Amino acid sequence: MLWLLFFLMTAIHAELCQPGAANAFKVRLSIRTALGNKAYAWDTSEEYLFKAMVAFSMRKVPNREATEISHVLLCNVTQRVSFWFVVTDPSKNHTLPAVEVQTAIRMNKNRINGAFFLNDQTLEFLKIPSTLAPPMDPSVPIWIIIFGVIFCIVIVAITLLILSGIWQRRRKNKEPSEVDDAEDKCENMNTIENGIPCDPLDMKGGHINDAFMTEDERLTPL
Amino acid sequence: MEKTRPLWSNPLQFVFACISYAVGLGNVWRFPYLCQMYGGGSFLVPYIIMLIVEGMPLLYLELAVGQRMRQGSIGAWRTISPYLSGIASVVVSFFLSMYYNVINAWAFWYLFHSFQDPLPWSVCPLNGNHTGYDEECEKASSTQYFWYRKTLNISPSLQENGGVQWEPALCLLLAWLVVYLCILRGTESTGKVVYFTASLPYCVLIIYLIRGLTLHGATNGLMYMFTPKMEQLANPKAWVNAATQIFFSLGLGFGSLIAFASYNEPSNNCQKHAIIVSLINSFTSIFASIVTFSIYGFKATFNYENCLKKVSLLLTNTFDLEDGFLTASNLEQVKGYLASAYPSKYSEVFPHIKNCSLESELDTAVQGTGLAFIVYTEAIKNMEVSQLWSVLYFFMLLMLGIGSMLGNTAAILTPLTDSKIISSHLPKEAISGLVCLVNCAIGMVFTMEAGNYWFDIFNDYAATLSLLLIVLVETIAVCYVYGLRRFESDLKAMTGRAVSWYWKVMWAGVSPLLIVSLFVFYLSDYILTGTLKYQAWDASQGQLVTKDYPAYALAVIGLLVASSTMCIPLVALGTFVLHHLKRGDAAPMA
Repeated sequence: MLWLLFFLMTAIHAELCQPGAANAFKVRLSIRTALGNKAYAWDTSEEYLFKAMVAFSMRKVPNREATEISHVLLCNVTQRVSFWFVVTDPSKNHTLPAVEVQTAIRMNKNRINGAFFLNDQTLEFLKIPSTLAPPMDPSVPIWIIIFGVIFCIVIVAITLLILSGIWQRRRKNKEPSEVDDAEDKCENMNTIENGIPCDPLDMKGGHINDAFMTEDERLTPL
Repeated sequence: MEKTRPLWSNPLQFVFACISYAVGLGNVWRFPYLCQMYGGGSFLVPYIIMLIVEGMPLLYLELAVGQRMRQGSIGAWRTISPYLSGIASVVVSFFLSMYYNVINAWAFWYLFHSFQDPLPWSVCPLNGNHTGYDEECEKASSTQYFWYRKTLNISPSLQENGGVQWEPALCLLLAWLVVYLCILRGTESTGKVVYFTASLPYCVLIIYLIRGLTLHGATNGLMYMFTPKMEQLANPKAWVNAATQIFFSLGLGFGSLIAFASYNEPSNNCQKHAIIVSLINSFTSIFASIVTFSIYGFKATFNYENCLKKVSLLLTNTFDLEDGFLTASNLEQVKGYLASAYPSKYSEVFPHIKNCSLESELDTAVQGTGLAFIVYTEAIKNMEVSQLWSVLYFFMLLMLGIGSMLGNTAAILTPLTDSKIISSHLPKEAISGLVCLVNCAIGMVFTMEAGNYWFDIFNDYAATLSLLLIVLVETIAVCYVYGLRRFESDLKAMTGRAVSWYWKVMWAGVSPLLIVSLFVFYLSDYILTGTLKYQAWDASQGQLVTKDYPAYALAVIGLLVASSTMCIPLVALGTFVLHHLKRGDAAPMA
């Protein structure tokens, strides 16, 4: 009697979890691709962990808080490492609807990935598309900030150059009149000082005696 | 007091200005393409021959004309012969500066976007419900998507104009402000800026050379591209393209070289400088192509290995093989085994298996903006610390572009500031400002959605035929109208050195013949091609498709070519008529 029950159970299990069965999902892991040398072997303990993670995810769905690890069935484990799984209800006669399983897995994909040190590309649930992380969108795009900085620097530089050009031109226009003033001053000074001719005088108002050599010419240029 | 002509502070500034102008984007994105298409290492043979026969003599001629006449292109030509006017050069330079600065705007755009992690062109944006990537981006690649959609926002054809995009428009405005800043004070400011624009690209190229040569797969690219294919030497197109490349790469005929040389001391040894500048220009082309080919090799190897990985993954998933079992070395073996062991399943998956070939990856020859903004960015995104490489690269493109823009604007501004009418009313800051403003306003056309198609029109047709004609007329005018002997004695009096027989033979005979043959070749090429076509981006397919130009675009092309070439005969005719009228007035008085 017990043997019959046992056979019945495995038969039901076999029926519930089959490649392509209703509400069954194929999972594919690429451990060697993800971890290289540090890859772990896929054994029954890892399968147990997987069942635990799926049960954990189902528990987060309302009305399914009673899901146990034994409700998750795995089958057709290949060398690839790929397998199919279904989640049964507590009576173990029916499988839970695919939509619920999908939602549960999608919500907790990050936790499942983390448990196996994998990511969305190396731990694939076929037919459950993962929600891709949205790109970080700062409120002000970064390029505008840099653009603004360089724009302001260029405008300031242009303004400075134009202003200095205008200033230089104004000084050049004033110089002919300055020359006349200095000449007047010279004539006055001529009467005050004793006959120093005005032309060699520095226009800026210094009293340089051209008879002496200036600093620059003391050293013979190379 | 007579206002003396501004001079370069030292001859080095002049050399740097010429180098900065001649070494431009063409050296980086056109020469490697030609080298690859026309026989790799063996392309250097026609290139160097054309350099010696065509490049150096014509460059020396232009610099000598500028230095002797000491005026911009309009004044210089008028001194050679009153019937000639350099206004054609100014028109061509004006067209060039209109569209060339858009490249700088794009370089600024990419430069500003390089300060992000990850680089925006390395990942596709997500689609509406975040379950996958944007469709257009999947069909094309992420770098193509960023260029065609995010930068240009290109429309499917020339007819659909779209509106002005504010982002490229802002970048164009900034580009023109930077150019204005550099030319604001004339040679005083330009002379200092060219120190940077001439030398910084070399620093970046050297850094890139070291990085490029150490990349995985770089040697594949170098070996493939530089292996000489001697049979290409018999291909006349190789020689024509070598001549064209030398011609346009040196920037002859625009009037910029005349403008730069006019600020020289009359005793300057322009022969030495001409040889130096042309040698440096060609050397830079070859140097840049070494860098480009190593980057190509890296990109091709990367894509090839990716392709192999995809095929391995496909087979691993289909046949549930052990993960990591398939490698590049046993792929063919395993494929054969699977084909025999599981024939039905294999035939199902066979159409999806791509034939990965390193040669076909290396064979993708790209030139122009496609090379600079798509291929290079694709290679950069796969390097480590890609932000740094991206910033360096686009900074170099900017320096090259701004260096050339300084020459272009000098060609326009020098005649304007030389002319007494304009310079007496406006200070030179205002003239420069006006020129920049007008160019910027017209340049907004290239920031529209169809702007890139108009850019291609200008790039292909605004300067090509007209320049050949201008330089031909220049050479013939100097040799035969002004007189070769007179010019030679002028140069001897000016510089104190005699002109060697080699230059005289080249100026009087060889170079004009060469230019005429190039001109005939181009004309026949245009006529034989029939209707002109352009490449349009099809967003639904994610690739370029060929379309015909509409009638009004053909009219614009015709106008572009005609407006610059017709200037020469029209001005000659005008001067002739005026001359006759004046003589007619004078005769009765006498």
